[in-house]
Amino acid sequence: MAEQPSQQQFQSSPSALVSDGRCLTDEVRHQFPTLHQHVHGQPLVYLDNAATTQKPEAVLQALDHYYRCDNANVHRGVHALSERATWAMESARDSIQQFINAANREEVIFVRGTTEAINLIAHGIAESILQPGDEILISAMEHHANIVPWQLVCQRTQSVLKVIPMLPSGELDLEAFPLLLSSRTRLLAVSHVSNALGTVNPVAKMIAIAHDHGIPVLVDGAQAVAHTPVDVQALDCDFYVFSGHKVYGPTGIGILYGKQVWLDRFPPYQGGGEMIRRVSFDHTEFNNLPYKFEAGTPAIAEAIGLGAALQWFSHFRQHTLWEHEATLLYQLHAQLKAVPGVKIIGNAKEKTAVCSFTVAGIHPHDLGTLLDHSGIAVRAGHHCAMPVMDFFNVPATVRASVAIYNTTEDIARLINGLEQALEFWQ
Amino acid sequence: MNPELKQLYQELIMDHGRQPRNFRVLSPCTHKQQADNPLCGDQLTLYLDVKNGVVQDIAFQGHGCAISMASSSMMTQEVKGKSVDNALALFKKFHQLIMSGESAEDMGRLAVLGGVKAFPMRVKCATLAWHALEHALSANDGQAVTTE
Repeated sequence: MAEQPSQQQFQSSPSALVSDGRCLTDEVRHQFPTLHQHVHGQPLVYLDNAATTQKPEAVLQALDHYYRCDNANVHRGVHALSERATWAMESARDSIQQFINAANREEVIFVRGTTEAINLIAHGIAESILQPGDEILISAMEHHANIVPWQLVCQRTQSVLKVIPMLPSGELDLEAFPLLLSSRTRLLAVSHVSNALGTVNPVAKMIAIAHDHGIPVLVDGAQAVAHTPVDVQALDCDFYVFSGHKVYGPTGIGILYGKQVWLDRFPPYQGGGEMIRRVSFDHTEFNNLPYKFEAGTPAIAEAIGLGAALQWFSHFRQHTLWEHEATLLYQLHAQLKAVPGVKIIGNAKEKTAVCSFTVAGIHPHDLGTLLDHSGIAVRAGHHCAMPVMDFFNVPATVRASVAIYNTTEDIARLINGLEQALEFWQ
Repeated sequence: MNPELKQLYQELIMDHGRQPRNFRVLSPCTHKQQADNPLCGDQLTLYLDVKNGVVQDIAFQGHGCAISMASSSMMTQEVKGKSVDNALALFKKFHQLIMSGESAEDMGRLAVLGGVKAFPMRVKCATLAWHALEHALSANDGQAVTTE
């Protein structure tokens, strides 16, 4: 869980990313080429990090280097390039294992992203465990990616989807939660951090309670990995999934961490090359983990890019970063609240990086367009969390989300852009 | 604010966006058409009362941005009293206006929506109600229209 700085720390502004007494903000921003551009004549302020983060030079160079120097298929050729490509990709797996502190590298599976990871787990559970009448428990604040795969699986297996309710604060109802765990519950699937609200869910506590009932837990970490410490062994989760592109890595690559005991039990998700040990027309012997779940040529460059991203990010992944982001979030809240008509959606005590809001009299899309013309990138919409929008009775929100390279100045620009937009709208 | 924005959010659009006309349930009606834009969550229901090949009355309800509300509102005003054939012809002209920014003939007040062309991400906002109209009049099969 991200440690929240004290009020006193919050009030000391402006916020800067400091390490060993050195201000790193300029240094960090310098490493992100996309940040240094003008949009509609204004310097870009990028506050759509919950949708995707920008990529540092370290990642761009890793992608470039692979395609320029090492491009070959992995785990196949005996030639030098294939060897280098294989080494680079497997080294990336090691970096990722280290990053989430997985016990074994075989428990780290490359997938396309969070969505594919959840679908893979849903498939595995459906094929190996679910019986009619069994239950899957999710929460009211899930992204569509952690709702729809379960609906599909429940339909197919005649299982029942149950939902942990949410409180008006944007926190899960933890009193209701244990009452929803039954002898038929086969999995709890819950987000670590809500992409629409920024709520940090007390997943460690929820996992412990679920485990007391013998129920495995899948944590959707898509919104968490870039903003909170993640240690899968400390959490003791059975599955942890995330996308590379939300943690400074490339698109098209993500990670499924699963405890070996579960992954061994699941049948393969897709059949093809790489995932086999021996094939004849009568019988196929599947490969060991992790390859059993990595059919076909993987996204090699992207996997290497993700490894580079996490290695790069590891240098900054410490208390000062969480403090920096928490301060920015506090400034966002405090300054947005001072703007007439603004309503913050989601006021959980534990929040990180994301601030959703509405403004009376102007639809989020119109506001998004107006802010864009001030050079400010925010998200306007339902954030793939329509049930969350329904709960708060809004069709959509504006979402500003921060990352390592954002500054106090960015927040000031947003507020200024918002004031200008509202003046225009009068 | 820059000229493109002023072109997009002209006074007429702001007026219709804030106070959409014919914003009500029409009952009884001959056509009821739902439409949604799953990308942004805009939703509307269009009601038509068609008799003798003429749109006698038309109304809508729903939620969306200023562009989508204004476009829906202005559409209902333009279509009311038109024959079904003329209403469908107007749909085609409007579509052309939004996609190209130009229109083969004078579109009257609808021309203010031509500013949307400079904002490709907002085209679906402007055309949602029009697609509902087209679907209601040509198919009328009770299926919801989606922009995707």
